[in-house]
Amino acid sequence: MATGSIVVTETPLIRYVLRRADDALILGHRLSEWCGHAPTMEEDMALANMGLDLIGQARGLYSYAAEVEAAGRSEDDYAYLRDERGYGNVLLVEQPNGDFARTMVRQFFYSAFIDPYWGALTASTDATLSAVAAKAEKESAYHLRHSAEWVIRLGDGTAESHRRARTAVDDLWAFTGELFETDDGERALIADGVAVDPISLRPAWLETVSAILAQATLPLPEGGWMQKGGRGGHHSEHLGHLLSELQYMQRAFPGATW
Amino acid sequence: MAEQLISLWEVFIRSRNGLAHKHVGSLHATDATLALQAARDLYTRRGEGLSLWVVPSNAITASDPTDKAMMFEPTASKIYRHPTFYEVPDEVGHL
Repeated sequence: MATGSIVVTETPLIRYVLRRADDALILGHRLSEWCGHAPTMEEDMALANMGLDLIGQARGLYSYAAEVEAAGRSEDDYAYLRDERGYGNVLLVEQPNGDFARTMVRQFFYSAFIDPYWGALTASTDATLSAVAAKAEKESAYHLRHSAEWVIRLGDGTAESHRRARTAVDDLWAFTGELFETDDGERALIADGVAVDPISLRPAWLETVSAILAQATLPLPEGGWMQKGGRGGHHSEHLGHLLSELQYMQRAFPGATW
Repeated sequence: MAEQLISLWEVFIRSRNGLAHKHVGSLHATDATLALQAARDLYTRRGEGLSLWVVPSNAITASDPTDKAMMFEPTASKIYRHPTFYEVPDEVGHL
């Protein structure tokens, strides 16, 4: 009975799929932390629904990774039994929820990227990724709309909501650059038509973000220095704590089922 | 103080096979756009519908229950108003 962490044999395709799945899982987990604590009942449902959408996307991708690795693993193994260094999510999604403004800004920055990304990925030469993308795009379209509407209302709201929204935008800006990073392995997949080149989506992302921030009366941050490292398994201090909650049951009761 | 900014909305959904929007419940929201989104999140989780209406509750004028007798009982004995004395051919279908 295995109780330790698994080490995945990563081909470029597996690394690529796990990165997308990790983005979805970690962000979905962050949203689930709002369950029972949201400012209104309506938002409690909305945040939980979005979290479930993301975890569903993660499940589809982890299952595909299991199929590709063909090492007898399940989706749960990837989600719950890897060490922090094995996760390839971007730093943006592991940032703490903070207040409601911070959660909505984080969601907005991510969704403005992932929605066109899924849209482009429906043209992938990989049939499974194309199918995952087609389903996920409808979900992310709603996440984008929901978070954008809130960013507008918080920014163009009261003095307090504006201050909190502005702080969130300024703090999270440095994490947005990593969304557009690739490495050699991923570039090979892009050349094969399997993956999408995120850099090609940056102009549209910036246009969306600029337009919504302008409506929200929030200034677009300047400054080009961007945080990175998540894709390579070098995470901020937050991921370890998040994983200790996420993985607790599987680690404490290995092989448990219900 | 904040309560005045968040109003109550009534939600109506037309289902896949339905012909009319049915009332399913209510929610609180500050404006129509957020009310529509909240209705989608709260009332369509199980594929309930294809079309959503949200209406501010204070736009609805309802009949007074104590006027039930005056408003509705007189029609009970006026069967000549019902279109049930014709034979509808099968070809006409649903009227």
